[in-house]
Amino acid sequence: MSKRVSMVVNGRPIEAELEPRRTLADFLREDANLYGTHLGCEHGVCGACTILLDGDPVRSCLMLAVQADSAELTTVEGLADGDGLHPLQEAFSEHHALQCGFCTPGFLLTALYLLRERPDLDDEEEIREALSGNLCRCTGYQNIIDAVRDAAGRLRQAPQATKG
Amino acid sequence: MKSPPFDYEAPGSVDGVLATLSAAPEESTLLAGGQSLMPLLSMRMAQPRVVVDLNRVEDLDFVERTPEGRIRLGSMVRQRRLETDSGIREHVPLLAEAARHIAHVAIRMRGTLGGSLAHADPAAELPATLCALDGALIVRGPGGARAIPAGDFFLGPLTSAVEPGELLTAVEIDPPPDGTGWAFQEVARTHGAFALAGVAALLRVDGGGGIDFARLALFGVGSAPYVPEWLDQAAIGERPDESLFRSIGERVADEVSPFDDIHASADYRKRVAAVLTARALVEAAGRSNGKGPR
Repeated sequence: MSKRVSMVVNGRPIEAELEPRRTLADFLREDANLYGTHLGCEHGVCGACTILLDGDPVRSCLMLAVQADSAELTTVEGLADGDGLHPLQEAFSEHHALQCGFCTPGFLLTALYLLRERPDLDDEEEIREALSGNLCRCTGYQNIIDAVRDAAGRLRQAPQATKG
Repeated sequence: MKSPPFDYEAPGSVDGVLATLSAAPEESTLLAGGQSLMPLLSMRMAQPRVVVDLNRVEDLDFVERTPEGRIRLGSMVRQRRLETDSGIREHVPLLAEAARHIAHVAIRMRGTLGGSLAHADPAAELPATLCALDGALIVRGPGGARAIPAGDFFLGPLTSAVEPGELLTAVEIDPPPDGTGWAFQEVARTHGAFALAGVAALLRVDGGGGIDFARLALFGVGSAPYVPEWLDQAAIGERPDESLFRSIGERVADEVSPFDDIHASADYRKRVAAVLTARALVEAAGRSNGKGPR
């Protein structure tokens, strides 16, 4: 049994014929060749595979690709504008908010949603709580918190960049 | 980790779901938010022949208030909506607060009210909350619809009263009496992790300063939500002071039968249950506005 799906990923329409058991994460990586979405735990704990589905953050390992039929998706590949990094990516780079980088795509998409919802966000405790569904084994989190807080400030200066 | 192959159906209506289920009720699994089912599939702990996706059923995602003031919620209402919906926050604030404690925002975006209830995880927030609210769960099957009181719905770990071939369609809640205070407390190892133990509480103090309404339900302390049947006897008519609430907490701890696991021992869970129960009752009493009858 296979199903035909079509969706828009980072502004690009994609169609495919899929087995229903294909997870959305595997579809993005293996069918759409978008390797930026990382798979850590594959059962919804680590947050590395977080993407935006019609603007909302979801774990792409906890959805079937067929469920995303006719949806609009944003993955980490959709953040940069050509060679120009997204303000969140710039802040991550400048604050050393990544070491191995495995968890970074999930953090970026979670933070992108967070800053769209709460452009005024500045409180460290709130940022920590909002990012608590994403695991990082390198940084100890402090530099990620600093980067998100800094990015919030940058985006308040140039709010159109939250489009993603 | 890959699920074994399965057939996938995504009907657009409740009747369509029931018709699809009727073809193979024992071999079909309902997919709501998928936040528990997808790991079970990937780890091959669940191996259904047919997955029936509820996400295209439009008439299961509603929040409404009847003229009598009863709150009706469709089973596919997302947990994120429970947390943010202004009507739920106003009329059933305990439910909104409970939803806020479920995992993380990316999980609550997909996870649903009905999915969590039907999954019946003993450590989950919503089953105990529905018990504290004394809600009714509406289940439809080939023979029609039936309403199951929350207290009869959760039969054991991952076991609810929904039979093969049936579908949980809605939840009905009569908001607690005017002036009732509420509280939701849990202890988890990290923010968003499954609770080691938790409690949902409702309490009202009447105009004369005595308790005239009280409900409690605990989770993470046994195979299903724990509702103390003796609470009315212990609390109604009493003054809402801390020593009363501590004694209720101690009695709860004596009566629950939590599990040992790698996260916490059963004894520790009992201690947490006692402390959280007392704290929740204090908090709920503080929120009661004493508007109850004299």
